[in-house]
Amino acid sequence: MVRTRTLPDAAGYFGPYGGRFVPETLMAPLAELTRAYDKARRSRGFRRELTGLLNDFAGRPTPLYFAERLSEDLGGARIFLKREDLLHTGAHKINNALGQCLLTRLMEKERVVAETGAGQHGVATATAAAALGLSCVVYMGSEDMRRQRLNVDRMRLLGAEVVPVDSGSRTLKDAINEAMRDWVTNVRTTHYVLGSVLGPDPFPRMVRDFHRVIGDEARLQLKRQTGSEAPDLAIACVGGGSNSIGLFTAFLEDRRVRLIGVEAGGRSIGWGEHAARFAGGALGVLHGTRTFVLQDEEGQIAPTHSVSAGLDYPAIGPEHVWLHDEGRVEYTSATDEEAIEAFHRVAHMEGILPALESSHALAEALKRAPRLSRKRVILVNLSGRGDKDVESVLAWDREHAEKGKVESFAEAVAARQRGETA
Amino acid sequence: MSAIDQVFFNCAHDGRGAFIPFLMAGDPDLNATAEYLDALAAGGADIIELGVPFSDPIADGPVNQRAAVRALESGTKLSGILQLVARHRDKLGVPIVLFTYFNPIHARGVERFAEQAAASGVDGVLCVDLPPEEGERGFIPALREQGVDTIFLLAPTSTRDRVTKVAEASTGFVYYVSRTGVTGERTALATDLVRDVKRLRKRLDQPLAVGFGISTPQQVAAVGEIADGVVVGSALVRLIEEQGSDPGFPRVLEERVRELSAPLRQRAERRRA
Repeated sequence: MVRTRTLPDAAGYFGPYGGRFVPETLMAPLAELTRAYDKARRSRGFRRELTGLLNDFAGRPTPLYFAERLSEDLGGARIFLKREDLLHTGAHKINNALGQCLLTRLMEKERVVAETGAGQHGVATATAAAALGLSCVVYMGSEDMRRQRLNVDRMRLLGAEVVPVDSGSRTLKDAINEAMRDWVTNVRTTHYVLGSVLGPDPFPRMVRDFHRVIGDEARLQLKRQTGSEAPDLAIACVGGGSNSIGLFTAFLEDRRVRLIGVEAGGRSIGWGEHAARFAGGALGVLHGTRTFVLQDEEGQIAPTHSVSAGLDYPAIGPEHVWLHDEGRVEYTSATDEEAIEAFHRVAHMEGILPALESSHALAEALKRAPRLSRKRVILVNLSGRGDKDVESVLAWDREHAEKGKVESFAEAVAARQRGETA
Repeated sequence: MSAIDQVFFNCAHDGRGAFIPFLMAGDPDLNATAEYLDALAAGGADIIELGVPFSDPIADGPVNQRAAVRALESGTKLSGILQLVARHRDKLGVPIVLFTYFNPIHARGVERFAEQAAASGVDGVLCVDLPPEEGERGFIPALREQGVDTIFLLAPTSTRDRVTKVAEASTGFVYYVSRTGVTGERTALATDLVRDVKRLRKRLDQPLAVGFGISTPQQVAAVGEIADGVVVGSALVRLIEEQGSDPGFPRVLEERVRELSAPLRQRAERRRA
């Protein structure tokens, strides 16, 4: 295997994936960003300041929690949860938002823009901007604003302007379009805090570097708690792919660890019904990077669907495609129904409401754990908490209640579980 | 000498800038586009920029975004656009530049696209989200081999290094984005435009056309004083949006193009006098 640690190359490529496909207006600013970031990541002062913020402001390190009841119930491998949901603002996104906002200040820009799907990256950026004295505009699809209303209110309370995006599918993809338009217009004063391992170089590697703390911490914690730093499986959900890269990077060169990324299987594998790029995508160029994209034969981008707004996106980060080609990470998907069921089971058995995004990773753990012995260890990145998803879950439950038998899907899950454990 | 080179050569000889209108192909459908192309040529277009609709046009303002939506809703495809060019290019007698995002070309394969574009009579291709660095990886060599001009953009943020790179990659002309931002009409031209364009023209061998934000005859006149070509896009696209369904609209479009290009012809006449 090519050593992934040295990637991307100088042109921003992971093998044939990545690059910088942006309008000319952004090329010089991207070069400036690259210089600023490369200087910052070698600077002891920058690292110290960022670590200080991550620890004292955001609450790192996050715990590694042995999900004992869930593991017992499944009767197989021991499941450990990396609790990124316990971070300030409720998801891993704050790692990157703090890093990029700190970098914005170094570049002497006073304004940041961001896109958001589930609202977690928007809230994280609004939070980091407030803490560091930057003005902040967040673009969000109007469909996502409807399903993640709580996060819209949080961003506004943090002083950010939230701009609804009504074009296209009114979800994450369209929010990125609009954030890029703002950036191209105001690039002299504004930094675009891109929220995933997407976009033109240096974003995929920069966002990866800001999140790799997740896996680095988990290794040390596993060593302490289980005696081995290497789990048998490490599982994370993959929208753009930031939390999964953050988890996987620490384990890439440790071949003992099987790495599994879980995409959004949506309602079905039909056109526009899911966001599983490895199941229905093809190589393409979107939002500045050459990667796997859900698209038609003419190169028009496909609509996507997922019950989870944060996974509802037609492209995947370029490094993931590289890791897929190399055979280092396996990619699979979980359907809306499987994710919702995992949500309920983890809520009932562990007292944790997981984000619907993270519920996709949990769904995969639920499938795999019973087939493995009790000696095995599964590490799941619990990338965010599910408070924001309460309305979506209840609405889904009402819609999918088994008519005449139960009032809600949640009851059906509970009944199924009682049956299994009895 | 390509047909585009020839246009700039002739315009320079006349002492005027070239007038380059933009239309979204397939807005509202390709039959209408065929009529509009004739209207543009009759109204005084020297080169025509024909937009290829894309679902996610990050460099475009609302007017061109809506045009792309209309074009895609009417089922416009790249192959249909190439067929349209093949049918009309010779009759039109005006060079056609495709103005596109990269993914529709990538999906087709750059080599296959280059062959088809050349066979259809496309004179040049401008990809808004493909800088020369990425173009070198296949796009530029493929189009060069087919004798199709590759037009790249410069922007107010472009550094000296980038001007050199874009100059090396471009044939036909270089397109200067008059302001940081997306396409669309603006009430005023960018303040540093005159200085920037003068400075750039000294460093380029190719003609320099200026676009983004130019929508009135007055603005065309002002830009025509300093640049080799003037691009007007959103103002015409908006006219199509507002009046395209009126009977006799192609006449209206033709007349509008005549008004917009008049200052350039008047400049040439003043020079001759």
